[in-house]
Amino acid sequence: MSIDTDTARRVAKLARIKVEDDALPALAQEFSAILGFIEQLNEVDVDGIEPMTSVTPQRLYRRDDVVTDGSQQSKVLANAPDAREGFFAVPKVVE
Amino acid sequence: MSDLSKLTIAAARDALRKGDVTSAELTAACLTAIDAADALNAFVHKTPEVAKSQADAADQRLKAGDAPDLCGIPLGIKDLFCTKGVASQAASRILEGFKPEYESTVTTQLFDAGAVMLGKLNMDEFAMGSSNETSVYGDAVNPWKIDDRRLTPGGSSGGSAAAVAADLCLGATGTDTGGSIRQPAAFTGITGIKPTYGRVSRWGVVAFASSLDQAGPMTKDVRDSAIMLQAMSGFDPKDSTSANLPVPDFEAALTGDIRGKVIGIPREYRMDGMPSEIEKLWEDGTDMLRDAGAEVRDITLPHTKYALPAYYVIAPAEASSNLARYDGVRFGHRAKLAQGDGITEMYEKTRAEGFGPEVQRRVMVGTYVLSAGFYDAYYNRARKVRALIKRDFDQVFADGVDAILTPATPSAAFGLGEMKNADPIQMYLNDVFTVTVNLAGLPGISVPAGMDAKGLPLGLQLIGRPWEEADLLNVAYALERSAGFVAKPDKWW
Repeated sequence: MSIDTDTARRVAKLARIKVEDDALPALAQEFSAILGFIEQLNEVDVDGIEPMTSVTPQRLYRRDDVVTDGSQQSKVLANAPDAREGFFAVPKVVE
Repeated sequence: MSDLSKLTIAAARDALRKGDVTSAELTAACLTAIDAADALNAFVHKTPEVAKSQADAADQRLKAGDAPDLCGIPLGIKDLFCTKGVASQAASRILEGFKPEYESTVTTQLFDAGAVMLGKLNMDEFAMGSSNETSVYGDAVNPWKIDDRRLTPGGSSGGSAAAVAADLCLGATGTDTGGSIRQPAAFTGITGIKPTYGRVSRWGVVAFASSLDQAGPMTKDVRDSAIMLQAMSGFDPKDSTSANLPVPDFEAALTGDIRGKVIGIPREYRMDGMPSEIEKLWEDGTDMLRDAGAEVRDITLPHTKYALPAYYVIAPAEASSNLARYDGVRFGHRAKLAQGDGITEMYEKTRAEGFGPEVQRRVMVGTYVLSAGFYDAYYNRARKVRALIKRDFDQVFADGVDAILTPATPSAAFGLGEMKNADPIQMYLNDVFTVTVNLAGLPGISVPAGMDAKGLPLGLQLIGRPWEEADLLNVAYALERSAGFVAKPDKWW
């Protein structure tokens, strides 16, 4: 399957990665090569096969539904690029 | 005293307990070796202060007679592990300045056992790469050198492999999503094991592809891998995929007696164009196990060929989801914004600046295969193929095979920069022998077993039954004893 520039632009947008227009054709070409490689999977007969969800058949561990953590506001915010008054700060989201 | 960093973990443990050496002395020897090895670019965040204080504490414990195996042993920690108060960047610009407020479960367990952290080790960005060339810190360099070229130590755990091979530390942590412990171990003449999925907690390890990622040790020999894996393993309520199973005594399993064990040789691993040296090594390894009393059997794993394409759907898909958290809000890098930029521009610019080209490529491929209209065609199909790959192994083990012997890599270490103009798939082929093991969740170990004609180390891989790392380590131990690989790189750095 060949990926065109518009698809590459759409994927970059979905992935929230800024890609300049002049870089899109090369990106599309790389995607095409990788997807071409992946296309081999179409040779495999997968009729009646369930998609694998976990490596070992085990029930995911469940703990009691109680509070085990908390009151760590300053630690949670310690690595934020911009934290103010106990919150993460971001550019204006709602007009 | 500089030879102290050359000790194995087992030898150092015994010397520490006898009082022949202190952890402070061992640690000082490693720190000196590290400072003299900047040309390898293996240690990217040095933590001498942490190391010295941990070494002093370990010496106190040793004096008091309370000394687990790793007490006082100086280790390197891959940059993918979150270490409290110490830079943990996954070799990415997007985590620049990030100092976790918490400690990963693996490093917590290692430190509880008395291990000493010398620093953080270079790697491919977010563990995506096979040559350590995608790191924000620059390339790590293989201590093995045969001409003017600088060689790759492999990847993604390239810094770990280089550090252990160059005797900068006694052992190191690695992680393995498609071969990232085993391929660099093979390229540098050391031993590395990826345990069964769920054996080692993933909590606090920066996630790449959560259904494939496992941490493991990278060491100078099989015994050291057994000792270190012991300390890293075990149930962790903080990782919902962690297995609530007892951890056997791995070192005690090393008897070297493999009489009657059935070793499978999978015909699908004989690739077209495989270098004759690799083929010869594989045959030699087969003979060694047979001579040690194992029964060798030809087996078939028919879906092997589809492992790499399945991996390159599943791993990027999981990565695109995991890496969505790097948005410039809670930690790490945030791009400088222009007048009028909103939150979408913040995300897009931050991620464009923070992620390197290979990470961007995989995130976008993952986004594509998960997007509406393609989810079934790519992602679900790959998961079905994954089920078939696992079934191949299940059948072989059900037929009585105890372990499977394959080459670890399709070549010896190559030169840094040599793959620069190749398309990404050429690089992906490095993992052709290792990636099946992650897809099936099995334990796999790389053991140095010989040299190529130019004098570079080559490794063999053994694949074991799920949860039977003890048995697998014992087969590896028998192979190690027969192969007698003792070569070390000549010091040039």
